[in-house]
Amino acid sequence: MMAAIETQDLTKRYGRLLAVDRLNLVVERGEVFGILGPNGSGKTTTILMLLGLTDPSAGTVRVLGRDPVREPLSVKRRVGYLPDTVGFYDELSGRENLRYTAALNGQTGRRVEARIEALLEQMGLGEAADRPVRTYSRGMKQRLGLADVLLKEPELVILDEPTLGLDPQAAHEFLLLIRSLKEKGLTVLLSSHLLHQVQAITDRVGLFRKGRMELVGSVPELARQVLGGAFRIRVRAAGPGLEQALGRIPGVLRVTEEAHGYLLETERDLRPEVARAVVEAGGKLFELELEEPSLDEIYRAYFQGVNRDAA
Amino acid sequence: MTRREGSAFSGLGVVFLKEFADQLSGIRMRMLELLIVLTAMATIYAAIQTIKNVVGEDVFLFLRLFTTAKQPLPSFVAFMGFLIPLLAIALGFDAVNGEFQRRTLGRVLSQPIYRDALLFGKYLAGLATLGLVLLSVWLLVTGLGILFTGLVPSGEEVARGLLYLAATLAYGGVWLAVALFFSVVFKNPTTSALAAIGVWLFFTVFWGMIAGMLAPVISPVHYGFPEEILRQAQTELALARISPNTLYAEATLALLQPEVRALGPVLPAQLEGMVLGTPLPLSQSLLLVWPQFAGLIAASVVFFTLAYVVFQRMEIRA
Repeated sequence: MMAAIETQDLTKRYGRLLAVDRLNLVVERGEVFGILGPNGSGKTTTILMLLGLTDPSAGTVRVLGRDPVREPLSVKRRVGYLPDTVGFYDELSGRENLRYTAALNGQTGRRVEARIEALLEQMGLGEAADRPVRTYSRGMKQRLGLADVLLKEPELVILDEPTLGLDPQAAHEFLLLIRSLKEKGLTVLLSSHLLHQVQAITDRVGLFRKGRMELVGSVPELARQVLGGAFRIRVRAAGPGLEQALGRIPGVLRVTEEAHGYLLETERDLRPEVARAVVEAGGKLFELELEEPSLDEIYRAYFQGVNRDAA
Repeated sequence: MTRREGSAFSGLGVVFLKEFADQLSGIRMRMLELLIVLTAMATIYAAIQTIKNVVGEDVFLFLRLFTTAKQPLPSFVAFMGFLIPLLAIALGFDAVNGEFQRRTLGRVLSQPIYRDALLFGKYLAGLATLGLVLLSVWLLVTGLGILFTGLVPSGEEVARGLLYLAATLAYGGVWLAVALFFSVVFKNPTTSALAAIGVWLFFTVFWGMIAGMLAPVISPVHYGFPEEILRQAQTELALARISPNTLYAEATLALLQPEVRALGPVLPAQLEGMVLGTPLPLSQSLLLVWPQFAGLIAASVVFFTLAYVVFQRMEIRA
């Protein structure tokens, strides 16, 4: 089966500005893929090209095996898109807005009404369904947006900054909704700034900078590339010669002394070995903790590194 | 290059119905309807007063309802010529940039329709709204006429009235296309409204003066020969006809006043054998205004095409 998204040397130029530079992106079916990067790094432009809403300057795109430039209708029929700032017709109710989208997809009749009702319920908008959208909060609009996207029963869902402007609680709930899409077998591509949230729901991420996707992989993979050691173990222990003992464990890359113990950068999860080493060295072990690398850290380390190189 | 898939018009009906419903339920529409209905009633009432006083053996008395003015009120036709462009601009000035401002454009265009369907659906919905307003106003006026004068319009008068409606719709269509064009070009609805009204003002107020000034430059009268004078008059008329207002005024004149035999300068030789003051049959009047009709439709097509080209190239991101 073809990948959900496949681009080859995809490039977009606006005059002299290179918005997207030779992007090679593959998103497998059933995957939740996050694209990250500072503003103006080409995330939205990439998304628009995937949907055929902007024509690429060079390179090829395949979305669900089709070319969005040549066959925009069959791509758009199977891809749901939630723009970064989603808007609705304020004077119409949530239900009427969804009805319009359904009609644009050629769906009318009783089956659609039932589906709209079910989606509104699922998004927690059952009460507000017949109120004009102008009375909706930002979070409600966002959920209506997701209902709007799911209405056409897409195979691929593209979400541009889905948690932008939501309060933490609403953002969290919204991400749970997104995560639930994966369980239904949908492929999800989302862009975001909120890194720890992306980390919680994505399978893989791609880091964008100045129109190029510079890093791609799962969070532990990226951590290994950017931070060196992929695993960090925090040891609270006391005893003589511990630093040397820990450094001798195979797989430990670096040992740093901290206030009440040591921070180890390791290739694998070496907690049992570390425990044994501490005990064998005659030390007292108080605490042993595997620290998950956070995407925030990777992101910051990566862009700092890059900026330092550039400067 | 392969053909693009599917029909450019899929989704057209859906867009049309939604936009039509929006137009009809909008407050803007109700205000304008009220304005038009009030002015229509006022002018017709005034016309009826005048006609009652001078009631003669006029065959087309009913058509006089539309064209008779009583100081200080202008005639119904003059009022419509003034209000219809404003109505058309009001219906179209935020067609596309309104969607942009509300952030609905990206969402709508990510549905399986082409941009063609959105733009054309909006234009057709505006035109349908305009047609509906015109038809109701015309029926209202005709009804008032029957009520107050006790006359019943003849078949030809009804036909001429309907053709006048068609001409008015074509004229409104031009301004709707102009407004639509500016709504694509300018991101801000206020700017596009001002631009469209500016163009309308230019043609309404200034174009006549400019044509009058340009004609002597293009076709100067050096020796005072009749040929020279005629040529200058023709040049001025040709220039004036660039304005849709002129085309519409001429079409209205010939349709509602059957005794009008020519639009433009007439030589004495051409008047020979002519029975002045007798009305032309409908088919001949229609023949007379056919170029004006074609001109109005062409102007709509030109502006719509411009809007279409700009819209196809527009970046939809904020």
